[in-house]
Amino acid sequence: MVPPVLEVDDLNTTYQRRVVLDAIDLSVDGPALVAIVGPNGAGKSTFLKSILGLVPCTGSVRVLGQPIDSVRRRIGYVPQRESVDWDFPVSVGDVALMGTYGRLGWFRRPGAAERRVAQECLSRVGLDGLEDRQIGRLSGGQQQRTFLARALAQQADVYFMDEPMAGVDASTQAVIFDLLDELRDAGKTVFVVHHDLRTVASRFDRVVMLNRRLIAAGPMAEVFTTENLQQTYDSQFVTLDEAIACSATTR
Amino acid sequence: MLRYNTLIVLLGVGLLGAAAGPIGALAVLRRRALVGDALAHATLPGLCLAFLIIGERSMPALLLGALASGLLGVTVLALLSRYTRIKEDAAIAIVLSVFFGAGLVLSRWIQNHTTTGSKAGLDSYILGKTAGLLLDDVLLLAGLAVLVLVVLLALYKEFQLLIFDRDFARVQGWPVARLDLLLLGLIAVLVVIGLPAVGVILVASLLILPAVAARMWTDRLHRLLVLSGLIGALTGVVGAALSASLPRAPAGAVIVLVAMAFFVVSAVARRLLWG
Repeated sequence: MVPPVLEVDDLNTTYQRRVVLDAIDLSVDGPALVAIVGPNGAGKSTFLKSILGLVPCTGSVRVLGQPIDSVRRRIGYVPQRESVDWDFPVSVGDVALMGTYGRLGWFRRPGAAERRVAQECLSRVGLDGLEDRQIGRLSGGQQQRTFLARALAQQADVYFMDEPMAGVDASTQAVIFDLLDELRDAGKTVFVVHHDLRTVASRFDRVVMLNRRLIAAGPMAEVFTTENLQQTYDSQFVTLDEAIACSATTR
Repeated sequence: MLRYNTLIVLLGVGLLGAAAGPIGALAVLRRRALVGDALAHATLPGLCLAFLIIGERSMPALLLGALASGLLGVTVLALLSRYTRIKEDAAIAIVLSVFFGAGLVLSRWIQNHTTTGSKAGLDSYILGKTAGLLLDDVLLLAGLAVLVLVVLLALYKEFQLLIFDRDFARVQGWPVARLDLLLLGLIAVLVVIGLPAVGVILVASLLILPAVAARMWTDRLHRLLVLSGLIGALTGVVGAALSASLPRAPAGAVIVLVAMAFFVVSAVARRLLWG
């Protein structure tokens, strides 16, 4: 039997004595594109970081049936764009190459094979010809694509992406959605923290609805309902359409 | 005509600068420049205590004492920021001045109460002195500088990733906390071996100035490290040579002014060339 891609049991995360995530239980089968939605401050980012062991938390997390530390080579990560210093002296190609470091291990330098992988990944996100550009001289969408290329270079089976669509242009959004489809068709599972409720139902297979605690999770058609949206967004909306229209203006 | 001893000193301080450049570049990128300065000032009490315990001026012992109290200073700094409401910049100011003050008191006491104290030349560790460095001491400093460079070269990829994107490094499974500690250790060693030539007060700028000067010329990390090493080496050699002809000026100050000149030229050139 194939274990679930993600299995979370009684996950609790507190930050400065404030409960951010409260007793999350969740099991997700792959391959799938999984949207993680919820209002600001719902703990979506923290949820990803808790799974990845980036913030202290209690409870059990298994990815591909194993503890996270045993499967790190099979995991890809796209952090929030604001999490790094874009003035850092590295080029687009350097950043994509970082995706291969995990496989390389200690001391070994990336060689021709790694460079080829990085180059291919940059092509897949449409950044050909920008390899040598310093990352601060990119548009927001190009920066986001650079991060995606780096995650692709990890050649992972499960991807975690923290708001990859935040503040990107329409063409980048199209590139990212196509890429997500490619990944799912190749048998991968991708977890995406996502703000734009307009695209959730049409572009993702499953949804995790979060507001400090888990409101609902499962296949889109079953779970993405007005009632669950009202609960997730604290009943601010009366109808599904209203919630979706509102999400379009908050970002 | 350069005397043999002068030549050795020039080479030694040059190597010191060559290591200070790239380590300083990583320190600046990791936003550890001020921590490095606090660490440098925090070395003084340990330096004095080592002298009191050993009773003579043995450079290895003094540097070991300096390293221990420098690291103690950084530990206090970390504890202050973590367990009190003091923000990091205030914690840095506290550690820097309190440790340095304690060191000054100790060094005065040594000079007044020990017979060898006045000749101990502890002052030369405060302001820096390149003339009269002994061959054995220069070899020790140069050897440590080379060792730091070798570690840096071996872990280039790891440090790059750690500093640029710590979370991503963690997701890939790198032990980021230990790597960060190792980087801090390398900064500490560099600060300590810079003490005899540049002195407690100014040694941090030997790490910072070549790095920021080199940053004016390049947007790639590997070039930044090579270039800051070159600028650091030149700073060391030119500074030590100048200081040999200016025996009354403290060597640390001369070296820092040379480094400053490299930075000013680089900053102006960048403006003129790229606008």
